[in-house]
Amino acid sequence: MGVKLLLDKAHVEGIRYYDVYRREGGYRSVEKALKMSPADIVEEVKKSGLRGRGGAGFPAGMKWSFIAKPEGVPRHLVCNADESEPGTFKDRYLMEFLPHLLIEGLIVASFALGSNATYIYIRGEYAWIPDILEQAINEAKANGWLGKNIQGSGFDCEIYVQRGAGAYICGEETALIESLEGKRGNPRIKPPFPAVKGVWDRPTVVNNVETLAAVVPVINMGGEEYSKIGVGKSTGTKLISACGNINKPGVYEIDMTISVEEFVYSDEYCGGIPNGKRLKACIPGGSSVPILPANLLFKTAKGEQRMMNYESLSDGGFATGSMMGSGGFIVLDEDQCVVKHTLTLARFYRHESCGQCSPCREGTGWMEKILKNIETGKGKMTDIDLLWDIQRKIEGNTICPLGDAAAWPVAAAIRHFRDEFEWHVNNPELCLTQNFGLAHYADAREVVA
Amino acid sequence: MEKTRLYWSFSNFQIFKFSNYTMSQFSEERLAKVKEIIARYPDGKQKSALLPVLHLAQEQFGWLSSETMDYVAGLLKIEPIEVYEVATFYSMYNLKPVGKYMFEVCQTGPCMVRGSEDIIEYIKQKLGIKVGETTPDGLFTLKTVECLGACGYAPMMQLGKHYREHLTKEKVDAIIEECRRNAAANN
Ligand SMILES: Cc1cc2nc3c(=O)[nH]c(=O)nc-3n(C[C@H](O)[C@H](O)[C@H](O)COP(=O)(O)O)c2cc1C
Ligand code: SF4
Ligand code: FES
Repeated sequence: MGVKLLLDKAHVEGIRYYDVYRREGGYRSVEKALKMSPADIVEEVKKSGLRGRGGAGFPAGMKWSFIAKPEGVPRHLVCNADESEPGTFKDRYLMEFLPHLLIEGLIVASFALGSNATYIYIRGEYAWIPDILEQAINEAKANGWLGKNIQGSGFDCEIYVQRGAGAYICGEETALIESLEGKRGNPRIKPPFPAVKGVWDRPTVVNNVETLAAVVPVINMGGEEYSKIGVGKSTGTKLISACGNINKPGVYEIDMTISVEEFVYSDEYCGGIPNGKRLKACIPGGSSVPILPANLLFKTAKGEQRMMNYESLSDGGFATGSMMGSGGFIVLDEDQCVVKHTLTLARFYRHESCGQCSPCREGTGWMEKILKNIETGKGKMTDIDLLWDIQRKIEGNTICPLGDAAAWPVAAAIRHFRDEFEWHVNNPELCLTQNFGLAHYADAREVVA
Repeated sequence: MEKTRLYWSFSNFQIFKFSNYTMSQFSEERLAKVKEIIARYPDGKQKSALLPVLHLAQEQFGWLSSETMDYVAGLLKIEPIEVYEVATFYSMYNLKPVGKYMFEVCQTGPCMVRGSEDIIEYIKQKLGIKVGETTPDGLFTLKTVECLGACGYAPMMQLGKHYREHLTKEKVDAIIEECRRNAAANN
């Protein structure tokens, strides 16, 4: 059993409600924080090594220390609950089952940053969750943790929940800010960064739900202690949402010292692959990160065991590694077609491109079209190179990272599964009724043994 | 069956007439809610209330007609174009009428590998409509959507405010029955 800092109380009956949450030790971090100076809180978070859990892994304490503090201008904390990256459903779990944990973290962070009005921007489709959050906010308010002069500290804090309306791009922080201002979710050109000019041109910090929830154990334990959990720059615990062809899909908290193999096969986590099938490939960090074939998933190119943490998952760079990303762990078994799966992702990015930059707007459409042709037996050999060429021309040439996020899955699929693409081209009839199967990608268990 | 269908097209007609007649006015309760939402933002930043207010409008009218959007623009003291450009950007806003029950089935990778295609095919057959269409009785619309954050509970769909997860053909049958029962009970 690994360490649990976020979900340790998830199964306590009634933990969603204030009384139970408080009885279980909830809101202690706020008590502690209100006795500290905001600068000391930022220092603790820095010491903890806590990295943003939204995908980019940027150190949270450092981000907080960048917030501009011009005289007389209000600052805001915005919680990013847009969670729309395919494979990712961990923030939803936190908000549904432990709403007070998020509210608690938000109060501490609001105090540290000096945000008197904090907003939770939640994806519109999670339509039932705002009720849960608002209930928790009301309970917290009734008990003096929110509102005017909280706990006699002189600090005023309100938290508001704002629903999006169906747009993956609004998870990108500047698009989120635009959306919060009542506009289309078009990302802004940076700089200026939100820390200087964010919502309503005021200094703003945007953090992921899980990052803000993790502030609670950081303050409770102290940054130093928190940083001792995990390994290297992967401190603390990480929520992983596991899905695809596994026996036990769900949200798991790991302490980043376990191996990928253990995560997939242990009964404590994914519980292995159903129906005695073998693992073919895995996208370990949400749809935007590179797909890995089984042989590179469990071991790095150097032959070392691959671990479930930031450094190890990205070992080998894009050539032979992947990324921790948002922690959306998608497993494909031997019956799955990589071309088809990549096509659904390409369709997703085409659908979600905001359309501001031509490489992204046009490129995502072309990639979907070409992949569709290959998948349905209408592709040519040159299409594979064309696909490679298009993704390269998107990467790095756009306003926001959605362009890269659309390019990487396609690049990785071709890089590692080119023979499967070629097989589709060479077998235009057969590929409609059959799958390529495992081919040379060694069975996971054999590789590991 | 025939009877329900007739009944439904009649009542839809009624709703249509009614909403045309009242021309996109919010109820008192909703107007109070709008006020409460605007108070969340700094003075003069009431445009920030646009997405939430459009949700309120869609809850009341089922979709966003241009009259409704103009009304919302008036409420928030912004230009109608500012409402149109937002309403057309976000996928959850319906710019034309939809069925009383909208099945929004996720088709992205993780759901696909757990059989979402079969579920979509089954719903198509069962309701006799294609993706994007509404049944003639105005009861059901079928839509495919991209990842809804329920990948571990796939296949899944959104139905109104909630998700229906771990879908099977039997579950789809039961959901359709449930909708029909509810529709009949509400009339
Ligand atoms: C296209 C795109 C979508 C994103 N979606 C999300 C999201 O749904 N949730 C999230 O927390 N971060 C998302 N991000 C990352 C945010 O821009 C931002 O880095 C993050 O919210 C910062 O929080 P953190 O430092 O706590 O991780 C997305 C980024 C991009 C480019
Ligand atoms: S990269 Fe794509 S999503 Fe991002 S701003 Fe450009 S067009 Fe919009
Ligand atoms: S892929 Fe269907 S809910 Fe995520």
